[in-house]
Amino acid sequence: MELIVEDVGHAYGPVMALEGIRLTVRPGEILALIGPSGCGKSTLLGIMGGILRPTRGRVLVRGAPGPESLNPFTYVFQDFALLPWRTVEGNVALALEHHRLDAAERARRIEDVLARTGLQEFRNAFPKQLSGGMRQRVGIARALAARPAVLLMDEPLSALDAQTRELLMEDFLSLWLRERLSVVYVTHNLTEALRLADRIVVLSRRPGRIRRIVPVPLPQAERAAPAAQADLAKLHEDLWSLIKAEAQIAEREMIPDEALDA
Amino acid sequence: MLDSRPALDSRPAARAFPTQDDSAPREVPFRGGGFVVARWRGASLGFFAAVLGMWELAVRNGMVSALFLPTPSDIVNALWELGASGLLWHHLGVSLERIVAGWIIGTAAGLALGLAMGIWSLARAIGLPFVSALFPIPKIALLPLLILWLGIGEASKIATIALGVFFPTTIAAYSGVDAVPRNLIRMAQSFGLSPRRVVRVVILPGALPNILAGFRVSASIALILLVAAEMIGAQFGIGAFILAAGNMMRTDQLMAGVAVLSVMGLIIGTVLSRLERRLLRWR
Repeated sequence: MELIVEDVGHAYGPVMALEGIRLTVRPGEILALIGPSGCGKSTLLGIMGGILRPTRGRVLVRGAPGPESLNPFTYVFQDFALLPWRTVEGNVALALEHHRLDAAERARRIEDVLARTGLQEFRNAFPKQLSGGMRQRVGIARALAARPAVLLMDEPLSALDAQTRELLMEDFLSLWLRERLSVVYVTHNLTEALRLADRIVVLSRRPGRIRRIVPVPLPQAERAAPAAQADLAKLHEDLWSLIKAEAQIAEREMIPDEALDA
Repeated sequence: MLDSRPALDSRPAARAFPTQDDSAPREVPFRGGGFVVARWRGASLGFFAAVLGMWELAVRNGMVSALFLPTPSDIVNALWELGASGLLWHHLGVSLERIVAGWIIGTAAGLALGLAMGIWSLARAIGLPFVSALFPIPKIALLPLLILWLGIGEASKIATIALGVFFPTTIAAYSGVDAVPRNLIRMAQSFGLSPRRVVRVVILPGALPNILAGFRVSASIALILLVAAEMIGAQFGIGAFILAAGNMMRTDQLMAGVAVLSVMGLIIGTVLSRLERRLLRWR
């Protein structure tokens, strides 16, 4: 399934957050959105999956999701957004229980995603009993249970410590290498973007516009290899020089009240 | 209980770090410790027993007149007699009926309005000023009016309790819904849950801690209003019994009635604690 963003703009009151965004998410690719903080990355992600109405433009889909897909556009949230009163299993079931599935199929799906995310032994744990990394695994398991056509990830690793982030990124990548679903991955971390993305969309600071779309030519499976490091370092440097000046300005900027309410 | 910090070193603190070069290694002075909650098993029970013992002794030795302050053993005796004669159970039964009926009616209405105010902006716009304006009225002041409307019987007392329970419950339910993190609601919507389902699966469980805390407040208000209403116009009930005992200078019976109220409050509190522990295990 293809996701086409057509001339999308968004304003919070008088504050323009996004302007003139045109891009296409191709089937089976990981598209990273990077940019300085407050550039509207998360806003764009919200618009792409239909939980935020853009003030301008529209988002189109071409093609149909797979027959097993219950929720074609599924989010993974920065703060995990788990229901604290539900166990791991209950949180995963949230994605399924409002659909017509027989009990066996529901149990099979839950089993399947818990196994794939390594959560089987934690099925009866409450979120407060889990580490941040495990909580985000639950977030990912819940998303996968709905068999999305496009996975929309809003800085999924940025609430985690560096080591957990590394581990979870590798696990997520091996999941993706088997599934090849389309992923839109919002991050402010260049290393993450370079490890995961097929293409990196660089946004400017507010109002967010697309500055450049940078393809990462190496296949993801080869990026951990030592031979790839020189190329990746070069790309990292290019990207950083592209956004450094704006990141510096963004850092010194105050957030307008209107944007805080969003 | 906080332990005071042990005095380790009587030297002034400044000397712990000599400015001159001193090649012999010394231990870094310890400055932590204390201000930690320690468990004191049985301390509260001991204190309680001591107070009761001193009370008993003070009255028996004539330091306090037994007419004004009966001894704990007198109170226990009075309780025993009242229980044996069946009078206590009659008063208690009448009171329980009133408080249970009033609390349930007030809670049902309060939850309905409070949840509606949390969920719908229109209900909030209408309800919030209404509730804010009426909440501060001491509900017992409305009893004479309610008696005029509903008669001197059970209805006016139950209505007073229900009114007293209604407002704090409304506010607890409303603020409970308000406190449900917005991102959880967005999450549920992003998985395609219907609004009705969002309410059932996210909003109601999310508001539950606040609602249960509200039950604590409303239960104690109900108890206060029960006694007050029974003192104003009732033949039976714990409040009426306490008032009658006072009029007859039967302080032992009066205190027995007070003890019954305190046990009632204690039982309500324990039940609510159990409920919280069961329903809010996830916290």
